[in-house]
Amino acid sequence: MSLGARVGAAATAPLRALAAALDPAMRGWQRLAGRGGMIGLFLLPNLAIFTIFVLVPIGLNVAYSMTGGAQVFLADRPFVGGEQYARLLECENHLRPRTCRDDTFWTAVWNTARFVVLQVGLMTGAALVTALILNRSLPAKGFWRAVFFFPVLLSPVVVGLIWRWILQRQGLANLVMVEGGLEPVNWLVDRFWAFAAAVGVSVWAHLGFYALILLAGLQAIPKDLYEAAEMDGTRPWRVFRRITLPLLTPNLAVVVVLALIRAVQIFDEAYVLTGGGPGTATMFLTQYIYETGFASPVRNPGLAAAASILMAGVLVVLTLLRLSRQRRAAQR
Amino acid sequence: MTRIWTAIAAVTMGTALGSAALAGDVRIMWYSDGNEGEVMEDLVARFRADHPEINLTLENVAYQVIKEQLPIQLAAGEGPDIARITDLKKEAPHFLDLTPYLRDPDYWRENFGAQLDWMRPDRTDIIPGFMTQLTLTGGFANATLFEQAGVPLPGPEATWDEWVEAAARVAESQQLEAAIAIDRSGHRITGPMISEGAKLIGEDGMPAPLDDAARGFLTKLIGWTEDGRNLRDVWVSAAGATYRPAADEFINATVPYYYAGSWQVANLSATVGDAFDWVATGSPCGVAGCTGIPGGAALVAIRSTPNPEEVATVMEWFAQEDIVREFSERTLFLPAHKAVVEKGGLDFQTDDENARAALNAFVAATGQLTEEAQRIPAWTPASDVYAALAKRLGEAMAGELSTEDALARIDSDIAEAMTAAAQ
Amino acid sequence: MRGARFLTRRRGVAGSGRGWHWTDIATWVWLVGGTVLMFGPAVWLVLSSFKTPAALAEFPPTILPYAQQTMEIDGRERPLFTVTTPDGTTQTMAELRRVGIVAQMVDPAAPEAEPLRVNIAEREPLREIAFATSNYTEPFLRFDFWRFFRNSVFVTVVATALTLLTNSMAAFALSKYDFRGRNAVMLLIIATLMVPLSVILVPLYSVVSAVGLLDTLWGVILPTIATPTGVFLLRQYMLTIPDELLEAARMDHASEWQIYWRIVLPLAAPALAVLAIFSVVWRWNDFLWPLVVLTSTRNYTLQIGLNSYAGELNVQWHYILAMTVAAIVPVVLVFVFLQRFITSGIASAGLK
Repeated sequence: MSLGARVGAAATAPLRALAAALDPAMRGWQRLAGRGGMIGLFLLPNLAIFTIFVLVPIGLNVAYSMTGGAQVFLADRPFVGGEQYARLLECENHLRPRTCRDDTFWTAVWNTARFVVLQVGLMTGAALVTALILNRSLPAKGFWRAVFFFPVLLSPVVVGLIWRWILQRQGLANLVMVEGGLEPVNWLVDRFWAFAAAVGVSVWAHLGFYALILLAGLQAIPKDLYEAAEMDGTRPWRVFRRITLPLLTPNLAVVVVLALIRAVQIFDEAYVLTGGGPGTATMFLTQYIYETGFASPVRNPGLAAAASILMAGVLVVLTLLRLSRQRRAAQR
Repeated sequence: MTRIWTAIAAVTMGTALGSAALAGDVRIMWYSDGNEGEVMEDLVARFRADHPEINLTLENVAYQVIKEQLPIQLAAGEGPDIARITDLKKEAPHFLDLTPYLRDPDYWRENFGAQLDWMRPDRTDIIPGFMTQLTLTGGFANATLFEQAGVPLPGPEATWDEWVEAAARVAESQQLEAAIAIDRSGHRITGPMISEGAKLIGEDGMPAPLDDAARGFLTKLIGWTEDGRNLRDVWVSAAGATYRPAADEFINATVPYYYAGSWQVANLSATVGDAFDWVATGSPCGVAGCTGIPGGAALVAIRSTPNPEEVATVMEWFAQEDIVREFSERTLFLPAHKAVVEKGGLDFQTDDENARAALNAFVAATGQLTEEAQRIPAWTPASDVYAALAKRLGEAMAGELSTEDALARIDSDIAEAMTAAAQ
Repeated sequence: MRGARFLTRRRGVAGSGRGWHWTDIATWVWLVGGTVLMFGPAVWLVLSSFKTPAALAEFPPTILPYAQQTMEIDGRERPLFTVTTPDGTTQTMAELRRVGIVAQMVDPAAPEAEPLRVNIAEREPLREIAFATSNYTEPFLRFDFWRFFRNSVFVTVVATALTLLTNSMAAFALSKYDFRGRNAVMLLIIATLMVPLSVILVPLYSVVSAVGLLDTLWGVILPTIATPTGVFLLRQYMLTIPDELLEAARMDHASEWQIYWRIVLPLAAPALAVLAIFSVVWRWNDFLWPLVVLTSTRNYTLQIGLNSYAGELNVQWHYILAMTVAAIVPVVLVFVFLQRFITSGIASAGLK
């Protein structure tokens, strides 16, 4: 038995024991309710929990977004209609956040958009390079894979803390700069470098996961394709473009979609790392929502809810667009 | 593998069974800046010996919990029985009136009366708790750096301009990063604004729009940041109203002058050690005075407690004169207890001459408080004003907003907060 | 095989396999640079966690933790310095006291001699490597570490078990049955993939409060177990299990529940194991949600308990760094033992 199968079996052993214990009851239920009843039963626990702890709060969020005040519980909050939305959307020019009534919200919107594009692009590129390199014949393959994967296991708070500790003015990064004969840089206080750090740290933390997905794709490419290419004396760059890249597309698509979802939600690492500064250079949407609704001395849960609804609305529209395009592509 | 599963199952079951609460418990939620958590643990142990019938537990939490989670818990009626809180005026509606449970309410009015208004809802006379420590904002100077630079320390009447100018000469001669550093907090710059003659509290008790004196100081402060005399890092290193202390810059001798407050004394004493001499300078002067802002943290009883009598017993024990005295002496905090203050002669437990001198300097600086500054701790909108100040000044210092826009945004942010609070 | 070599060998001069092609150099630069970048920060964290508060504040920082040497003179510990004397030689001396920029110092070999007045610019502290283990021991002595640990294990194990059970059941139904509304359910689940917890914090809090789960470990566990990611991942994997297997079992009068646990569960074991590992890591690392739900220390998980060193006005970095290390040790241990499986498992099972 392979190691993977053994761990898999061990991890699922208690699960199967539990399922076995439920077996007689389930048999009775199937006799009673038929196969349709069984489908319902399979879905029930997950959907029930999902409904109570995900769907209901999302629904409540819609209600919150139409109330005002600082009270926590919906029943205590006065109804204000679309006022919170109006406050968020009131702008002379939406591309220039400072002309907006809630300038922080729009700064966060555009920062997040920039972050998503940069982070997903950089990470996909770096993950691809890493996967291509890990796919070569190397001594101690497992070690190298572990090296790149290990940060994935750290909590975002720890990731932010480690890097804040390194990038602060008197940290390791500047020690290296000084030793290398360079001027120390105030990483987290410079608008450019702080944003770069937020992007870079997030790539650092997640790169390994995506590299492994791509590596799996590379390993699934039939070897005889490369053999044929070599017989024809095709140049390596051409091989990469004509064979590797097209066959890797499904994995690349998965990587891009997953990375996009994560990037839009960027919060903990960046929050611990820069706190949204300098100024508002790394203020992202989730931080805006969290601070407005929960952590600020001037709490405004209604405004935060309205912002989250707007954010979710944009995301759902983007997803649906993607899905429908995928479907059309599949039909072709 | 089986053995691992058995062990995990055992731990899991033990936890599931072991977490039932007992009736008659009293929980104190406590955060620490220095050694006060350890001192409290000692005191709690002694309380238990005195009162075996009450099961008192001290829960040490991060300040973040007090600031972000506790308000929600209070609103939900889920809070602890007693908590150490700083945002007193905002949470005052959730505090318990101890008066009917206290054996001697007059002891409390007599000794803690001066600060009771800070922690009760406007126009009430409840006794919700007492201040564990008083704080006062004020400055610290690195005397060794001044001496090395051959710059005399400005005297007690020196203005903000004189301090900044002197510190800048030190910074230049000693090749330091900057001349001064101020914590990233609206609270810290409120004292200087009032010293310059600013009136933050309007006629109606609501925030007044920034007047010329306030705008003058804020403009000056942004100017000092732009020309590099005020350490920029502290203020631009976060967004929003986030608090960032500049203590590490002073400890590391990056700046010769640091404006914070009395709570830093214990910290400086522990971390500066023998590296340099430091002195507390009180607050620099403006045209209207040399005032800092008083404040501090209070231990308050929470209204949702099921055991108000036990809570009152606990509070009475910790409010005893000798306990307050011991707590202050061991934590290097300024006491709020009137009898303790008047009797004086606190034997602060430190070998550090710098720390002793600094504590005395802060006690002396309380005489400089202006009337406006003394109203601030009992003024409900203060935290909204602080938030707007920190947020917008940070953005102006980061170069995102012009001074003019930043000042306008401060006014409009405060106005938005007032509208939201009125709902 | 030749194809594999084509891909992986050192390219060398003109593809001869000898010498170094630029891609070989790039590979090793990437690998070595990657190792430094990936491991360096963690090593730095561990080293820093052994420094004293004074050493943490200093710049330039030292790589290893140092502390100033001291020596007992007249019954008190005196710090030692290397002093440059006026004639240019250096000498080790102990400081008796310092006033302003002048220190009174004596030769530790002859402490009775008249103290020398030394300008503080002309001396360097004499230091030795010292690990400040008190950064670890002091918090551990003060906390009920064992209780936090047990709470964390409880949350992690129960949440993971329930996640595997409910998610696999739902994934089974969604992948192996055709029923009305299946696509709607799937779409709903995918859509909520995008809603981060921090965004619905306030309403979720009021829901948990309404069902009476505040300040309980179940309040931490339940909202996390219906993970859309888990359902999605397991469903994708189960779609690859051939339907003929299920049909054959039905011929043998197996009940639907038996098909689920006897056939589908074992076949989906690799995907379940990957989900299990991620669930363990996620639940172990969870911070924001437990912080909101748990109010009394006896219910704290490790991550929350270790966080209590962040004060209002000061952050005690020496404790925070040490506690960060303590919190990631279990995760690192799991990783060291299952490293090979985790990395190959995600690659092979995670996404087919």
